[in-house]
Amino acid sequence: MLQAGEWAYSETLKEHFMNPKNILQGENTDEFDGVGMEGNLQCGDQMMVVIKVDKEKEVITDCQWKTYGCASAIASTSILSEMVKGRTLDQAFHISPKEVAQALGGLPDHKIHCSVLGDKALRAAINNYYTRNGQEDKVKQEQSKVICQCMSITDHDIEDAVLEGARTYFELQERTKLGTVCGQCKDEAEVLLEKFKHIHFGV
Amino acid sequence: MADMKVYFDNNATTPLHPEVKKEMIAAMEMFGNPSSMHSYGREARANVENARRKVADFIGATEKEIVFVGSGSEANNTVLSLFVCGSSQCIPGSKMRSSIITTKIEHPCVLETSECLGHRGVRVKYLDVDQYGKVDLDQLAGMLGDDVGLVSIMMANNEIGTIQDIESIAKMVHESGALMHTDAVQAVGKVPVDVRKLGVDFLTISAHKIYGPKGVGALFVKKGVPYCPLIRGGHQELGRRAGTENTLGILGLGKAVEMRALEMPEEEDRLLELKHILRKGIEESIDDIHFNGHPTDALASTLNVSFTGVEGEAILLYLDIEGIAVSTGSACASGSLDPSHVLLATGVDAELAHGSIRFSMGRESSRQEVDYLLNVLPGIIERIRNMSTAYIKGGLHAASR
Repeated sequence: MLQAGEWAYSETLKEHFMNPKNILQGENTDEFDGVGMEGNLQCGDQMMVVIKVDKEKEVITDCQWKTYGCASAIASTSILSEMVKGRTLDQAFHISPKEVAQALGGLPDHKIHCSVLGDKALRAAINNYYTRNGQEDKVKQEQSKVICQCMSITDHDIEDAVLEGARTYFELQERTKLGTVCGQCKDEAEVLLEKFKHIHFGV
Repeated sequence: MADMKVYFDNNATTPLHPEVKKEMIAAMEMFGNPSSMHSYGREARANVENARRKVADFIGATEKEIVFVGSGSEANNTVLSLFVCGSSQCIPGSKMRSSIITTKIEHPCVLETSECLGHRGVRVKYLDVDQYGKVDLDQLAGMLGDDVGLVSIMMANNEIGTIQDIESIAKMVHESGALMHTDAVQAVGKVPVDVRKLGVDFLTISAHKIYGPKGVGALFVKKGVPYCPLIRGGHQELGRRAGTENTLGILGLGKAVEMRALEMPEEEDRLLELKHILRKGIEESIDDIHFNGHPTDALASTLNVSFTGVEGEAILLYLDIEGIAVSTGSACASGSLDPSHVLLATGVDAELAHGSIRFSMGRESSRQEVDYLLNVLPGIIERIRNMSTAYIKGGLHAASR
């Protein structure tokens, strides 16, 4: 008979869940150079990331956080806060959920979305830093493009659906209702579906 | 490693009762098919019918009114699907009644089957519940009518433990000419259940919730009530459920109800006392909490608590590391992030529902275990709140600024 593992996820995830690094103590964020918050409590996940920046080198020197969420959410923000220290703002901006998941020793598919908010909040904090320092031109908006005009579904919605488990066009439709009216966006949506599957899951 | 192992998830499933285990092990060699006429078959048949008598006695039914099935879910599917059949060809006379009534807090096996029936032309009406999870009888009275063929309402809720007044409901249902089903999976073996007193037409039982084996349940079908099998093609269970009987499982179910009959009466007071201690202990040591479920009309074993500003899975996993097994109302594990439909139906907001934990005790639960939990829990909640964006002492939320 098989025995249960000691733990539901990877050992690295366990370590970061048991001993989270760089938790923001209290709620005062004044001493930080950038503050970003993503997600909401109703959906069960919310993350706040605060950063200190070496302004000459544009390098992140400190990163702290608060997270409301499950074990994967807590551990992914913890490991993200370790990963970004010493990186330039530009490097940090491009950290992907996949990198975070890999650093954690892998996440089950249905938990990938828990790690997405962390890097979103980090990007918000970096943009916040640019805005505060009169560098609005550097603020990178997360631009989205409407793919399905009828149901107003964007490429971001498609990416979220993939992260939440959609693997086929039918599953994508189930989650987003995309292409359920005129159906003209099917080809474009299928290309994006494959792209995001490849980016996030390597399939 | 944790100091102690505490299993407070008895509404999910229970360990085998030692007497059930003993009896099942002793019966391992029994392999005959109850349908065979030879000695092997007769031995299996005798044991299946012996178990049927025990189950029937336990709920005040006759033996012929008990159909053994593969699970509580199968029993519930059978009753609801039977109704579709009843509304068309197999059961003449009930064709005109094409609606069913159920509640918003049923087990998914009832809700999803109801939804499926909706696709097949049945009109499904869903009853609301109040803040304690009680069905609104006035609303039921308004919904009942010539069009309603079946009402399905669970007796005790698995998540919050609230117990419905099935006896009164069944009276109303019968006065309107409909049939009454109750999913009593969480009630049978925990509170007295007598099908005649309740006046129900169908009642669902599961073995593994009452220290019996998994993969076996029973459906009570009142004599004379229209019936159509879900699994067809065999004479087993008087043609009501095809498939060779799960002899070992059925024998285990029989022993499980026999043991329940002996142990249940004294157990309720003991569990109520433990629940009281647990509730009081949580109240005294942790701020900003909300108890879910009915304060009195509820299972003695079940306590459901929402903790502001903490997500349920985090609590569950920290408790797991301390050796304590509980369950969460939030379905983050399923990837959907949907909070419990039961808590939402009682009016708890989505955020609180995400931070809900169900403690469900059982026959082996002890004062020592409750004390251990109370020793560990406040620290865990404080720790999670310290890292949460949501929680700031006094109930303010960082997000709202």
